[in-house]
Amino acid sequence: MKLKTKNILKELGLTAPSLLWLTVFFLLPTLIIFAISFKPSDPLGGVGQGWTLRTILALKNPNYPEIIWRTLWMSALTTVITLLVSIPVAYHIARARPWKRDLMLLLTILPFWTSFLIRIFAWKSVLHPDGLLKKALLFCHLISEDSLLLYRPGTVLLVMVYTELPFAILPLYAAVEKFDFSLIEAALDLGAGKLRAYISIFIPGIKNGLLSACLMVLIPGIGSYVIPDVVGGIDSMMIGNVIAQRTFVDRNLPHASALAAVMTIVMFLPLLYFLKGKKHEDGSATPAKEVV
Amino acid sequence: MRKSKIPAILTWSVLLFFYLPIALLVLNSFNASKTGGNWGGFTMKWYAQLFSAREIWGALKNSLLVATLATAISTLLGTCAAIALHRYKGKIQNTHYCLVYVPLVVPEILLGISLLLFFVALRIELGIVTMIIAHATFCVSYVAMAVLSRLQDFDNTILEASRDLGASNWHTTRKILLPNILPGIVAGALLAFTLSIDDFVISFFVAGPGSTTLPIQIYSMIRRGSMPLINALSTILLAITFLVILAVQLIGKSQNQQDRH
Repeated sequence: MKLKTKNILKELGLTAPSLLWLTVFFLLPTLIIFAISFKPSDPLGGVGQGWTLRTILALKNPNYPEIIWRTLWMSALTTVITLLVSIPVAYHIARARPWKRDLMLLLTILPFWTSFLIRIFAWKSVLHPDGLLKKALLFCHLISEDSLLLYRPGTVLLVMVYTELPFAILPLYAAVEKFDFSLIEAALDLGAGKLRAYISIFIPGIKNGLLSACLMVLIPGIGSYVIPDVVGGIDSMMIGNVIAQRTFVDRNLPHASALAAVMTIVMFLPLLYFLKGKKHEDGSATPAKEVV
Repeated sequence: MRKSKIPAILTWSVLLFFYLPIALLVLNSFNASKTGGNWGGFTMKWYAQLFSAREIWGALKNSLLVATLATAISTLLGTCAAIALHRYKGKIQNTHYCLVYVPLVVPEILLGISLLLFFVALRIELGIVTMIIAHATFCVSYVAMAVLSRLQDFDNTILEASRDLGASNWHTTRKILLPNILPGIVAGALLAFTLSIDDFVISFFVAGPGSTTLPIQIYSMIRRGSMPLINALSTILLAITFLVILAVQLIGKSQNQQDRH
């Protein structure tokens, strides 16, 4: 009995620092988003006294359905494009010769270490009205003099795919590397067509990698703020931009908070689904370790 | 089986796609023409202007201060968290795991706004301290995951052996466990430092007067449109990042060879 109490104390000693820190600075702030959604704003840019439903009701802004819809389809489309490109890339990297594989992996990881802002800014100068790409396209007669490459929904989509690609390639690479390719050969020997073999054997075989790649792209996509802000225009605003606008321009914190609460709810649905799947997976993988 | 050429072509196009805008940016930092559409001759004047811009140096100082302290805090908390998650099972650790894992997938803007509201609700003044707290918070999870993945490859019987030979728990942890998971801790700390130096969204939300970090400075330069200066600054930052990664890769390689001998 005494030993057991001692063990629990030891566990708590090791767990408490991070558990408390994250409870105070992550869990509590997340809950505060919901609480402040029921607070009035105050003219000085803070949070007012008392409770009200008016902040929530103000979400019935006629512009919001369009912005929320755009956020959802832009992040979904980014996810689809990113995955379609990443699957063959991950396949190629995983099956390449070791030195080539290491080189390609390094080249995929490097952008991840470089500044996010700089990578977005680089696109701004590529697509700039006086920039190189426009000149090249004009030269090939693909666009007209007054067409704009920047500040459009398509621009935002392009840069989103650009920044998210490494996050999809890496988990997919890990999944493809573990995949047993003799299964494909078996399917071919048994008379399946090449396409059929890849769709019904390969894709289900890398399901876990696909799922985490999907999550790694979709969720930051829903939360996008900097990309539409820097390379997007008024017709490519997303929820993140509205949150920032309410926070910094209108100084209406409760309104920003209510929007953030909506985003949190939208986000947690796929997340819970994923965590549930992950737990089962962990559970089946660890019993051997628990014996010790 | 005939191998299709499509994946290979696609892979190299994606890699080209990754580096083309960056290469153009580096090239333009030496371009005398301001808009970058045509080549106006080689120049170093943007770099010269950059070195005389005092606000950039101030922002860099803030960034380094915040990153150093946030890395220290998060490495300590994250390492403890990983050891606890690895050693114990049960309800507490399930909750603990969720708390460590979820910040990794929550978009930065939500972390930023929630911390801002938290500080405003508690009437804590925004500044360097709130910035350090915010950075340490999102870095803890990354450090914990890096250390945890190292722990999962670790042979637990070595710890048993050490205890059987009469070493105390503390001694075993200090002499056996920590040296073995050190590469994980170093990787986690490096990741935390990079993420902290690079973070813009969360920093932007919790920044107060006098706590402008480098990414916030870069953002306001992008807004004001001094493009050649950002090109020059970006080139310097990219060069530093590439050199550090190269060094880490080389060290990693020589260590792997040592391990094999």
